[in-house]
Amino acid sequence: MKPVVIAGYLRSPFTPAFKGELAKTRSDEMAAQVIRALIKQTKVKPEHIEDIIMGCAFPEAEQGFNVGRLVGFLADMPLSVAGMTINRFCGSSMQSIHIAAGAIQMGAGDVFICAGLESMSHVPMTGYNPLPHPDLYGRYPQAYIGMGETAENVAKKYKIDRNAQDAFAVESHKKAAAAQKAGKLKGEIAPIKTAAGTISEDGCIRHETTLETLAGLKPAFNEKGSVTAGTSSPLTDGAAATLVCSLEYAEKHGLTPLAIVKSFAVSGCAPEIMGIGPVGATNKALERAGLKLADIDIIELNEAFSAQSLAVIHDLKADVSKINLDGGAIALGHPLGATGARITGKAASLLVREKAKYALATQCIGGGQGIATILEAVK
Amino acid sequence: MADIKKVAVIGAGVMGAGIAAQIANAGVDVVLFDIVPKDGADRTAIAKGAIDKLKKTKPAPLMHARNAKRITPANTEDDLKKLGECDWIIEVVIERLDIKQDLYKKIDKHRKKGSVVSSNTSTLPLATLVDGMPKAFQADFMITHFFNPPRYMRLLELVVGEHTKAAQVSRIRDFGDRVVGKSVVDCNDTPGFIANRIGTFWLHAAVTEAIKQKVDIESADAVLGRPAGIPKTGIFGLLDLVGIDLMPHVLGSMIGALPKADAFHTLGPAPKLMDKMIADGYTGRKGKGGFYRLKPNDPKKTKEALDLQTGEYYTAKRPTPSAFKAGKKGGLKGVVSHSSKEGAYAWAVLSGTLGYAADLVPEIADHIELVDRAMRLGYNWKYGPFELIDKLGTAWFAEKLKAEGRPIPKMLEVANGRPFYRTDKGKHQYLGVDGKYHDIQRPDGVILLEDIKRASKPILTNRSASVWDIGDGIACFEFHSKMNSFNPFIIHLINKTVDELPKRGFKGLVIYNEAPNFSVGANLLMLVLTAKLRLWPLIDWILKDGQTAFNRLKFAPFPVVGAPSGMALGGGCEVLLHCNALTAHAETYIGLVEAGVGLVPGWGGCKELLGRNATAKTRKGGPMPPVMDAFMTIATAKVATSADEAKDLMFLRPDDEVVMNRDRVLAAAKTRALAMAKNYQPPEPFTYKALPGPSGRAALELGVRDFAAKGMATPHDVTIASQLAMVLTGNKANIIDEPYTEDDILKLERKGLIALAKTPQTRDRVVYMLKNGKPLRN
Repeated sequence: MKPVVIAGYLRSPFTPAFKGELAKTRSDEMAAQVIRALIKQTKVKPEHIEDIIMGCAFPEAEQGFNVGRLVGFLADMPLSVAGMTINRFCGSSMQSIHIAAGAIQMGAGDVFICAGLESMSHVPMTGYNPLPHPDLYGRYPQAYIGMGETAENVAKKYKIDRNAQDAFAVESHKKAAAAQKAGKLKGEIAPIKTAAGTISEDGCIRHETTLETLAGLKPAFNEKGSVTAGTSSPLTDGAAATLVCSLEYAEKHGLTPLAIVKSFAVSGCAPEIMGIGPVGATNKALERAGLKLADIDIIELNEAFSAQSLAVIHDLKADVSKINLDGGAIALGHPLGATGARITGKAASLLVREKAKYALATQCIGGGQGIATILEAVK
Repeated sequence: MADIKKVAVIGAGVMGAGIAAQIANAGVDVVLFDIVPKDGADRTAIAKGAIDKLKKTKPAPLMHARNAKRITPANTEDDLKKLGECDWIIEVVIERLDIKQDLYKKIDKHRKKGSVVSSNTSTLPLATLVDGMPKAFQADFMITHFFNPPRYMRLLELVVGEHTKAAQVSRIRDFGDRVVGKSVVDCNDTPGFIANRIGTFWLHAAVTEAIKQKVDIESADAVLGRPAGIPKTGIFGLLDLVGIDLMPHVLGSMIGALPKADAFHTLGPAPKLMDKMIADGYTGRKGKGGFYRLKPNDPKKTKEALDLQTGEYYTAKRPTPSAFKAGKKGGLKGVVSHSSKEGAYAWAVLSGTLGYAADLVPEIADHIELVDRAMRLGYNWKYGPFELIDKLGTAWFAEKLKAEGRPIPKMLEVANGRPFYRTDKGKHQYLGVDGKYHDIQRPDGVILLEDIKRASKPILTNRSASVWDIGDGIACFEFHSKMNSFNPFIIHLINKTVDELPKRGFKGLVIYNEAPNFSVGANLLMLVLTAKLRLWPLIDWILKDGQTAFNRLKFAPFPVVGAPSGMALGGGCEVLLHCNALTAHAETYIGLVEAGVGLVPGWGGCKELLGRNATAKTRKGGPMPPVMDAFMTIATAKVATSADEAKDLMFLRPDDEVVMNRDRVLAAAKTRALAMAKNYQPPEPFTYKALPGPSGRAALELGVRDFAAKGMATPHDVTIASQLAMVLTGNKANIIDEPYTEDDILKLERKGLIALAKTPQTRDRVVYMLKNGKPLRN
């Protein structure tokens, strides 16, 4: 097996959809600027790049055509660099890392840009033209179930009450606010030039959030439910990119590998409780790596919802102190297609920062899936 | 005459900000000034705060949120040079002479030559205001008195000084009328002008007499309300609304300004009860409560009324004084001559108020019609005081006063038993102070259907609608059924009109009426009866009949211009959607509200709104966006809160005309119809390409499911939405099908509506609406 490494990670600031500083910026533009910055930072030779694998959850309108290829043009990549767009909803850009790793193993390329983008301001969740299969919707409506409803289902099934959800969200904001204040997020952010100036700070983090402020919110998805806007990841605009290559290539060309891709997995679960998807995927990935969860030092668990995160922590019996050291999606935001690259890149860079051995990045996926990647520190 | 392009309003209180909003509604830029706050870094914070508040106030002072952008905040220390850009400067500051005069000096320093300066004072005489000011300032100065809230109250009182230049007066009269949309009434320079002079007397009399005669407030409001054509808030409800704390202030200034002999003084000062209420914070709706309140800490929100004798609250009762019942049969005369306590009360208040008004002409205004107009438009009375006296009969009224040993007011003496108004040779006339009748003069360019109706006979008519000749080959279709609801008579007359007009040489039609509301929709009683009898083919026929009639309007060989004002709901909206153009009053409230009564629009409303969304230049790509937009508007029964907002919802086309002044709507619509009549070609019917069919319906149902979970849609809302989705997605349509025609969508409308009519929940909704006038949420 050829060891595959993550040799770079950058993202745009994540800002709230519609009202944030990136709300007017196209997501392909953000992604192109992130990729330019990543190339500059890693000093990879663009002509060596095999492919840009772009994750996007709603690849239509400005994110349509083959946005992966178009971002290549926007970023002035050599014409020899190919580009594709892939969709596994929230797992899209983690999947792009998996695709690159597989290709490298097959000897089908040495260096890849594995990225993701989403402007939730410009393309609504469900897209502009939702057209579900009417018969499938009739006999199995959960195939198209809304994400909020799944969070309510998980909260009910796992008996996760409102207080626990609020407390989890407060913690996420607290960690993210501390990281932002300490400048710990700076290194991963590529400032984005917009018509209104350069944007270099995350916009979703609420430094002042407390249990009291969250307790005042009304349920967002079910009038009798417990999930609120405060315990859900916000609609977010942003892009993220990682550089994925063989360890051999990195060493030969003087790149700095952050982590080795040890194993990965995807798995399916019932769509109505899609939030527990990480459980199955993580167990599979651990088994493939020959590890136990106790061996993992760093966990990046995408916080689609408090309820869903707590259910996953419960089922995996995960150590909360290892999870989302700099805050999760509830605080940072969740631009659907970009999140996988963010949490995998983040896990890799945390391995370096925390001088740890193993890291796990995992997410739930609408429609009932999970995806997980296990990373190992480069010796 | 330079027209007015920019206006300054100085004073950003409720009135000042409201005036600024209305001028912005008219499409004119405004600079809104207020003082620099005592503390805080932002020196323009007060004006900015007032603009922010405009966006949140209900009822909305702004006709569209974007109008706030036309208002620039400013402060009176740093920004006075901006006055130099303004053609009209309106002072709306506190009623203190020294402050106003000081401000005028500053204004005069910065204003541009030829600009108009006016005060919105409600009490201070013009002569005093400009005392000591330069002649040139006096030549440009007048009083322009708006009523609260300035967007909704149509009266603008205009007071002119002896030095005011005539050209400036006509400039403001014209701008106030055509652009700001107000009915400008010339008043004399006397305290309170017209409306507040009489209105304050009326309110004050109502309160003091109720205390004196021990009449409870519910009965007082009942006998003085509907029988006299006074808004349903009643007098005590109105005081709660405007703020009880305002009364002593207004009374004080009236009592202070009026000569000793004035009848106002006979009412005495503000009652002690009111002082106590204000001191305890019971200032009305803005305070802890007023004459009425909702019981504190009561989840049932029980309405309570104040006992005027004890000052205690009790559970308000449904007023059924016998005098009120007498009014149902005998009209106003029945009420005021009823032998009960309430009858005596009504007589005391009304005879006092009407008698007072009848004694004030020509002191406050040159003639009675100005007084009546001011009370109708400034206080929302259905009839002015002289019109009310005519209802009682001038002779009867004078006799009754005489019998009580009371003096006969001046105008009653002039009338000497004759009515104050009459129609002579088709002209509506008022009785002048000279004892002669004079034609009522309309402002230039105003056409009123009421005048046409007096002077002519309808071309076509039946019990629910009539068609009138409004000149130059244009006809006017008028509804006059109960609340202008649609019934088979109206549909029949539409068909007849389309047949007859070309034969009779007419080249255009305006659909218009002068009722408060254009039309509240179809007559639901008929639907309930036919549904109860399960006469589904009959319902199908009724729907088809309406669809055909509305389509005949749309494709008639002559242009049809809809000219709505007030509410245009359900069928009232659907008929407008079939007009070839609209000339709408700015205060038009349009919506397809059928979902509220458990239905989908069935007279072409779905067809038209879908067609407009599908052909809109701004539409997003793919089959779903037009369907989703039409679906959202109809499923949530959205009603536009102004004609401007109706454009956003596509009830008005982008090039449809909006007219600010209610009285100018018919003339504008006629002009539009005449312009369109040249080389007129009926429109091409809509075709509906790529309707998404069952897949689209599933997507819409998916969205509704989320709404239901959030508690924003009831189970029957879900059923209605599903039928609406069926209609708008083309039922079994496939994206590659041949485009659907208007007829295809009309068929689906009927299918959807009948499916819903078959459900007991829809029938419950209709019955509930007929009984209670509001929608049932089942």
